Amino acid sequence: MIEVKNLTKFYGVGESQLQALKGVSAKFEDGDYVVILGPSGSGKSTFLNAISGLEVPDDGQILYDGKDITKLRDADLTAFRKENVGFIFQQYYLLPNLSVEKNVKMGADLAGNKDYMSMIEAVGLAEKRHKYPSELSSGEQQRVSVARALAKKPKVLFLDEPTGALDEKTGRQVLDYISKLQKELGFTIVMVTHNLNIAKMAKTVIHMNSGVIQSVDRNEIQKSAYEIGW
Amino acid sequence: MVVGIKDAFKLMGIVIVSLCAVLVCTIFLNYQLDMSQIENQIQPGPQQMLYDAQKSTANMVTVLSGGCLLATSVIMMIFYIKHYIDTHKKELGILKALGCSRMQIAINFWVFGSSIFLGTALGFGGGYLLAPMFYTFNNEGDLIPDVELTFHPELVVYMVVLPTLAFGILAILYACRKLKTPVNHLLNDLPHEKSRKHSRDKESSKSFLADLKSSALRSHKTLTFFVIFASFCFSAMTQMSFSMDELASKMMSIMVMMIGLTLAFTTLYMAITTVISGNKKSIAIMRTFGYSQKECTGALLGCYRPMAYLGFVIGTIYQYALLKIAVDVVFAGMEGVPEYSFDWTAFFISLAVFAVFYDILMYVYSKKIKKISVKEIMME
Repeated sequence: MIEVKNLTKFYGVGESQLQALKGVSAKFEDGDYVVILGPSGSGKSTFLNAISGLEVPDDGQILYDGKDITKLRDADLTAFRKENVGFIFQQYYLLPNLSVEKNVKMGADLAGNKDYMSMIEAVGLAEKRHKYPSELSSGEQQRVSVARALAKKPKVLFLDEPTGALDEKTGRQVLDYISKLQKELGFTIVMVTHNLNIAKMAKTVIHMNSGVIQSVDRNEIQKSAYEIGW
Repeated sequence: MVVGIKDAFKLMGIVIVSLCAVLVCTIFLNYQLDMSQIENQIQPGPQQMLYDAQKSTANMVTVLSGGCLLATSVIMMIFYIKHYIDTHKKELGILKALGCSRMQIAINFWVFGSSIFLGTALGFGGGYLLAPMFYTFNNEGDLIPDVELTFHPELVVYMVVLPTLAFGILAILYACRKLKTPVNHLLNDLPHEKSRKHSRDKESSKSFLADLKSSALRSHKTLTFFVIFASFCFSAMTQMSFSMDELASKMMSIMVMMIGLTLAFTTLYMAITTVISGNKKSIAIMRTFGYSQKECTGALLGCYRPMAYLGFVIGTIYQYALLKIAVDVVFAGMEGVPEYSFDWTAFFISLAVFAVFYDILMYVYSKKIKKISVKEIMME
């Protein structure tokens, strides 16, 4: 379980200082599918970066099964990320000089996962496993990043606008892969998006604005990627 | 404007190298031209021998230092233009897409040549500042008449104007050639068709880190070449500086040593900082996923170490062969010229300094990267 208590984050100094998070608190159960919605500048990406251990908050606690990660040293935080979290970014961030297979291996090696080929097959890229990122379409690149993130068998998968750079068809495909794999593997999903329709796929929907959580909603029925609007 | 003056100022390495080249060549060429003042007063015998020896040494130093430093400047500038184009593909692609011709864009790269102007102008001025000291030292002793320092205006053309023009034109032509890449490839950072044919990655049973280590060198060939070249320069220049002590006057050897050391440290510094900045993003991605700083730097930066030592060995052989040939050819038939043999002391000192400097720089810079937050690097 992830428990966030009174999280605060400032950017800049003096008059130009901006408070991105104003004492945010939240709780995520294991296996939850959380979508964080909010306009630009609402603090949702800062919140995601902080709870995933990419950014150190100025105040507050982030507890993973009771262990506060805000107190960890850089090396321990890296080890924490290695053991617990996976990332999928809007810009994919694949290593350009490595093939699909080796990019996925990057995640798999961290978890000692020898069966990473099944993950490449699951995202439908077995045929293209020797290709380089620049030889793939945007959707295919995002699918590689999905396979890479999941090959490390994360307990929590963080997604920052994963469909932001994709067309509708590919976006649905990618979300569908992620949902299917979550049902199979049981990891927690925390996703930031602008797309209100994607929220219908989640169990928990968090609305953020001006650095605070405005509301937390629960969906009775989770829709599939092909049932939602776009 | 595609390339700004501030981009040219990033080329401090080229400025330093061209400054050193022109400083040495100005002093020695000026001295050689001024020696003709006393040519009629030279008597056959020991006076003639000393006169010839001084002229030959000035020739050797001008050709060796000037030639090496000129080659270094050309390679550095080409490397920087390539690096600039590689890191600004999107902007250049947009300009091409908007209808700018290759030459229209390439013409902006003249500013890279302007860094040569700064270096040569400073070197020329510095040469004339140091020349009186050099002349005084060489005029000690009564065997040949004193040589008076005179200003040779034609050297301004040879040392400052022509190199600036040549480097400016070279920068434009090279950029024009590099900009042949189709717009789509520039905008989307696609590889060349030619390289695609060879880009099928083979299955491997090695770990990810081992795969990454071997692919880092293959995919950064220019960077690898620059590391080898910088280590080559370091090795050749430092050892040559020590060896000059036996072959030339104290004044000359001190000058060559100072310039050699400056150049050696500059090129190696530039190579290492380029290696690190070129791999910053990959390190950030790996750290995000949970690879430790040690694993990241070991795989992405450690692969350049064997290449650096390869460059060092080549530089050692090169400087030995060059000095041996220079001594055998330039001083052929002259009496009192010392036998030149491989200087093991210089080799070991140079190797130790190289190893320490290389590792300190790598350590300092990887610590610097560690301090930058992962998010900060990803946002760049």
